[in-house]
Amino acid sequence: MTLGQLSWSRWYGIVVKEFIQLRRDRLTFGMIVGIPVLQLLLFGFAINTDPKQLPTAILAADTGVFSRTLVAGLRNSGYFDIQRQAHSEAEALSLLHSGEVQFLVQIPEGFSRRLVRGERPALLVQADATDPAATGNALAALSGIVDTALSHDLRGPWAGLQPRPPPVELRVHRLYNPEGLTQYNIVPGLLGVILTMTMVLMTGLAMTRERERGTFENLLSTPALPLEVMTGKIVPYIIIGLVQVTLILIAARWIFTVPMQGSLLALYVVVVLFIAANLTLGITFSSLARNQLQAMQLTFFFFLPSILLSGFMFPFRGMPDWAQALGSLLPLTHFLVLVRGILLKGSGLVELWPAVWPILLFMAVVIAVGLRFYRRTLD
Amino acid sequence: MSSDLVIDVRNLNKRFGTKHVVRDLSLQVSAGEIYGFLGPNGSGKTTSIRMLCGLLTPDSGSGTCLGHDVIRQTAEIKREVGYMTQRFSLWEDLTVRENLDFVGRMYGMRNRRDAVGAAIDRLGLGSREHDLAGSLSGGWKQRLSLAACMLHEPRLLLLDEPTAGVDPKARREFWQEIHELAATGVTVLVSTHYMDEAERCHRLAYIAYGRLLARGTAAEIVAERALGAWTVSGDELAGLAPKLVPLAGVDHVTVFGSQLHVTGRDREQLARSMEQAARQYGDYRFAPAAPGLEDVFISMMDNARDDRQ
Ligand SMILES: Nc1ncnc2c1ncn2[C@@H]1O[C@H](COP(=O)(O)OP(=O)(O)O)[C@@H](O)[C@H]1O
Ligand SMILES: [Mg+2]
Repeated sequence: MTLGQLSWSRWYGIVVKEFIQLRRDRLTFGMIVGIPVLQLLLFGFAINTDPKQLPTAILAADTGVFSRTLVAGLRNSGYFDIQRQAHSEAEALSLLHSGEVQFLVQIPEGFSRRLVRGERPALLVQADATDPAATGNALAALSGIVDTALSHDLRGPWAGLQPRPPPVELRVHRLYNPEGLTQYNIVPGLLGVILTMTMVLMTGLAMTRERERGTFENLLSTPALPLEVMTGKIVPYIIIGLVQVTLILIAARWIFTVPMQGSLLALYVVVVLFIAANLTLGITFSSLARNQLQAMQLTFFFFLPSILLSGFMFPFRGMPDWAQALGSLLPLTHFLVLVRGILLKGSGLVELWPAVWPILLFMAVVIAVGLRFYRRTLD
Repeated sequence: MSSDLVIDVRNLNKRFGTKHVVRDLSLQVSAGEIYGFLGPNGSGKTTSIRMLCGLLTPDSGSGTCLGHDVIRQTAEIKREVGYMTQRFSLWEDLTVRENLDFVGRMYGMRNRRDAVGAAIDRLGLGSREHDLAGSLSGGWKQRLSLAACMLHEPRLLLLDEPTAGVDPKARREFWQEIHELAATGVTVLVSTHYMDEAERCHRLAYIAYGRLLARGTAAEIVAERALGAWTVSGDELAGLAPKLVPLAGVDHVTVFGSQLHVTGRDREQLARSMEQAARQYGDYRFAPAAPGLEDVFISMMDNARDDRQ
């Protein structure tokens, strides 16, 4: 370890240098503006898929035979994975709010009894529709599932109840994104994708560039400490990241008319956290990589799963378990939950804590690896 | 008088993988000296200098640089040494002044503005101070590098082939500057390829294949080697050279302008062969000569290579 006092003067010198260099680097500047614009255009339209096994909670106030049949029917359809039995409405709603489940099925009291009497009891299904691609197909299949499930039981003495109109009144509430607009989902997602790409890439190149141009030897021969160099190099990129975020948010608000439910402050807190996580990863990549090409390759090795497994490209819950497990290691996965939560649901940071700590953990691990591999000499 | 020694290292070794790049290097440099570090390409000069200033950790060995331990006190060494890299290593996308400002900040200089201004004046960089470093020619880059490594007024300068690829006039000015610095008490260790530059150093070390082969003043090194040397002059020298190479006692035949230099370690055998050749090739004039530094180095390099095989 290098002993010695951290010096503001040195740190400031590095920040100034990075800013001057950035100002003269047209390519990077183009990337800062070009990437958000390009990606907003590219991903403006969503890709729909058919996710199954979506986590579902049941709030059953009725334990009759039809109630159980219905639950079995939902389960057999493959769309709903009934994970929780809620005991109160408040509990059920909080499950939905925190994103633990995608659907909440409410079977009202006396469901079976009223069904038998032909009173067409209501079945309320609430869906977290922030990601419409994830819920659309399941909802579309719902009424068919209900009909088929009950048609087995509605025989014999109750066969008279079979005919149309349907025996159950199905009420579907799409929460948070009632019209199911995909851009509501995609635009906040783009925020994370663009930050991942530009932040990791730019810092990934920052150190390898010094090494390749031979300037690293000069830097290393001065008393500058690793921590001063690393943090000094990061500062300009944090500012760039915030500029990008602001650009995207403006586009989101005025071009895509994405609603902004939650607090902007919470959003920016989350954004700074996410930027920092990506920058530390970038700096660590550039400690590991021997040249710019390797840094670039590492970045794309990271970027690809981030896009594919985070729930940006495909609904997270539509993915197989192993992919979800991999995905939950990535900061982008959690960032998407956070941004969608804040922008679309108006959730607060405390509620969203389950998506905050994985990013912090990710950062801690990455910093440890980065410090372990930072080259203090030319060996 | 070890307190007078600015550099005092013993038995430094460095390997890269299986390649033993520096072998048992011991070096003593006194204060105020201009110390020349010579050797062919790939002989380990750069590696040695990097070990002296804390950029590489020796595999074994010990010693001090400006009184600081070369293994444990690299932070102190970095603060007090000025190191000029072999390749231009300042930032090409910063201007001359921005580069110097940056370096000044890295050394935490309080009087940075004045120091940068003074360095620009001293090395005549004034007309270029707002040019990007990347747009400068070799000679200007070298001046900028020198300005940068002297900015914090180090007591020891380590200059790694500072004049490679620089025109003769710029080289001359550069050496003028080095001598003025040394006169103020700064110690300079400079690696070079050029024999004329070697002669400008107070003392020299010669290194080949990672091994230090000779140390001392130029005269001492030449005398110690006790090399036999002859010159041959006449027409058609190129045709004669291959005929002299196989003769007993002849190690080297080199064309120097209108003369051949013939050298050999065994002076008596060389003299016999030359006298015989003089009779055989009557058109040419054979004469004994004083061996130069270059003859000595080439001879030592050959020996070192033979030892390795
Ligand atoms: N970082 C390194 N990794 C592997 N080999 C190296 C490294 N640096 C230098 N070498 C090798 O060590 C030898 C000595 O190099 P160097 O010290 O640069 O010699 P010189 O400066 O005298 O030309 C060369 O063969 C070179 O290829
Ligand atoms: Mg070298």
